[in-house]
Amino acid sequence: MFAGLSRIQQTFFDIHMIARVMPSLLTVGLPNTILLAILASLIGIVVGLVIAIGLPSRHLSLRLICRSYVDILRGLPHILTIYLIGQGLPLAGLALFGSNTYAYAALAIGLIEGAYMAEIFRAGMQSVERGQIEASRTLGMTKWQTMRYIIMPQGIRRVLPPLTGQFILVIKGSALVFLLGLTASQREIFSIAQDSAINNANLSPLTAAGLLYLALTVPMTYAVNAWERRLRGAQGSMRGDE
Amino acid sequence: MSSTIAVKFSKVSKTYGTTQVLRDISLDLPRGSTTCVIGPSGSGKSTLLRCTNLLARPDSGSIEIEGMDITAAGTDVNLMRTKVGMVFQHFHLFSHLDVLQNVTLALRKVRGMSADEADARAMAQLRAVGLGGLERRRPSQISGGQQQRVAIARALAMDPAIMLFDEATSALDPELVKGILNVMRDLAISGMTMLVVTHEMRFAREVAGQVVFMDQGRIVETGLPGALFDQPQTPRLRQFLDQVL
Ligand SMILES: Nc1ncnc2c1ncn2[C@@H]1O[C@H](COP(=O)(O)OP(=O)(O)O)[C@@H](O)[C@H]1O
Ligand SMILES: [Mg+2]
Repeated sequence: MFAGLSRIQQTFFDIHMIARVMPSLLTVGLPNTILLAILASLIGIVVGLVIAIGLPSRHLSLRLICRSYVDILRGLPHILTIYLIGQGLPLAGLALFGSNTYAYAALAIGLIEGAYMAEIFRAGMQSVERGQIEASRTLGMTKWQTMRYIIMPQGIRRVLPPLTGQFILVIKGSALVFLLGLTASQREIFSIAQDSAINNANLSPLTAAGLLYLALTVPMTYAVNAWERRLRGAQGSMRGDE
Repeated sequence: MSSTIAVKFSKVSKTYGTTQVLRDISLDLPRGSTTCVIGPSGSGKSTLLRCTNLLARPDSGSIEIEGMDITAAGTDVNLMRTKVGMVFQHFHLFSHLDVLQNVTLALRKVRGMSADEADARAMAQLRAVGLGGLERRRPSQISGGQQQRVAIARALAMDPAIMLFDEATSALDPELVKGILNVMRDLAISGMTMLVVTHEMRFAREVAGQVVFMDQGRIVETGLPGALFDQPQTPRLRQFLDQVL
């Protein structure tokens, strides 16, 4: 039994191995992971907004397209979508970014995120009191003016915490892009750890990666939770005033 | 067509799902006069108001405002709405904006006024409804009565030809009702054309030029307030008045 524990220690918690991989995790992997998460989230926000605006459309075909987008991209395993977009697009002759795997990775995750963010935006828009939207229309404001000046500014407050929560998921989810095979300088945290683990026939680099992910995600999770609590508190007292 | 008619409803019908909410409503609103609509809950009063600015679209019939059929294809609905102000039971102030911004938003974005112009106009309108000094408050920081005054100022600032009130005092604490009714009364006296859904029978009796009693989507009786309240012609109205008076 002691031998077993010792094997686990050697395989997962080899301090020297962790120390050896940590510098490249920090200098190459960390910035690439964060940049990838930010790029993908930006794509996701734009796509999500467009889809969210289309979801409640009067036009059946537009509604169907948007609904399908959300259902399909949320329903497929992400790993499959990443393969389909990251390798499928260039194979299909749509080599938008040449052979820049990192860009395909950002696009693939961004498109997936768009589906989740569309639902977040939709919920945010729906949370705006129907009567205020009618009041705005009653004053002669157009649908777009109402979207811009009434729905968006109110929706955004309710959308920011879940959006940040989604960003945490993107950070973790970005690990999947190792599948696409990134060049050395483009590798994110997980790719570096994975390569190092294979080269050394030891899983400790993955432990190092795990520690980095936790250092990123745990504080953010607590921050988002506190944020959401404060927002709920503020809304509660608003209701009380009425 | 007589030019003293501001709004003319002709055989307006409206169905939601399987319930017919308005049945062949025909009604003239004389210019410069107040028409009060009374009737039990669910009789279609709100829907009638909402049809007047096309928040709800009639299934059939027509609504003419100043001789223009607003239900006709090609109507500029947004332009029409600037001429028809509406005040709701629950105020519906823009909760992310302060009092002044609530009034100036449409002045700037719809009327195209400069910020200074809009501010000046909004301040004057807020003072006119008795709300000087509260410009920087949020809706959540003022009383229901004050919120409803802001909503009225917001509508009046657009300089509408017609004002719609849908139970504007029903959500207010009793001590705040009178203030709002006084604002509405002053507006009526100033010559505004108004369509007012209300449960305040005394207001209807004193201010209305005509009173309309609705039940189950129909106009059951129309008349001068005195006649309608004192000599109801139908058992249905008699019964309704017994309940509310
Ligand atoms: N948007 C809607 N969808 C479905 N039914 C509605 C809608 N608006 C009103 N109704 C129905 O129409 C009827 C009349 O409603 P309303 O005009 O609000 O009456 P009132 O204002 O006289 O109480 C009610 O039975 C109500 O349930
Ligand atoms: Mg009603």
